[in-house]
Amino acid sequence: MALLVAVIVVGVVRMVPGSAPLLAEGAELARPSDLLFYALAALAIASACGVAFSRNIIYSALSLLGALIGAGALYVYLKADYVAVTQLLVYIGGVLVLILFAVMLTGRIGDRSRSNPSAAVLPGVGLLAAVLGVLGFVAFKAPWQTGSKVAPDASTASRIGDLFLGEYLLAFEVVSLLLLATLIGAVVIARKEIKE
Amino acid sequence: MTPGLPHFLFVGAVLFALGTYTVVTRSNAVGILMGVELILNAANVNFVAFNHFNPNQLLPGQVFSLFVIVLAAAEAAVALAIVLAIFMNTKSIDVADADTLRE
Repeated sequence: MALLVAVIVVGVVRMVPGSAPLLAEGAELARPSDLLFYALAALAIASACGVAFSRNIIYSALSLLGALIGAGALYVYLKADYVAVTQLLVYIGGVLVLILFAVMLTGRIGDRSRSNPSAAVLPGVGLLAAVLGVLGFVAFKAPWQTGSKVAPDASTASRIGDLFLGEYLLAFEVVSLLLLATLIGAVVIARKEIKE
Repeated sequence: MTPGLPHFLFVGAVLFALGTYTVVTRSNAVGILMGVELILNAANVNFVAFNHFNPNQLLPGQVFSLFVIVLAAAEAAVALAIVLAIFMNTKSIDVADADTLRE
């Protein structure tokens, strides 16, 4: 499955206009960092395929781990170190553990073949193809404006800290209030009601 | 060739499409939640990629992706609490079984 996805990704990338002349000249050889991008993208996409197509809910949850790690590694590749660390802490340390807890508490885990049933597979595949076609077309054909200057190499953590307590202070406070409300709400919803 | 903005957007598009497929086809509520997480991650990949290829002093893409991560965590907590509440009432987390508003 992973190999298949990697082949598809490389095939699509080859079709991008502009890549053919570079390859013909032979001037642009694949650098290790470029190969790293393709490896990370393949990891993320193959794991996402595991989430979407696995028959066992436990395998789906563990594939989600791979997809989240792949996305976090792509953030590191894009020099967004603080976002990558937050991804690791919040998603993999928090959300994924929460999901595994829910799976353990609710599922009939021993019932492997039926733990993660799929319905309406054919319309789902149609939707998958349609969404992928449109978004892939837009991604490669739209005339994206990219800045000429390169992002600085410096760590982004201190700048993000300044921005949170400066430019984005209101949003930051609102989000902290939302987290408090979520905390209380989750406890209220999930507790067992004591009948008098 | 050097990966540019379209390559990252394509990765985001694939993650988003697989997430929608998961949401549509799964009948297990926790599985649907995993699909939602994939969709939010796809959006985050796009935000961070746009931020990287259009450098800005205010880092809007990275800050927005951090807010998305916070909202995803909050959503996961509440959604799993609801799933547990449904499981306590109906003894099932198949979304087709949760079709009444009373206990």
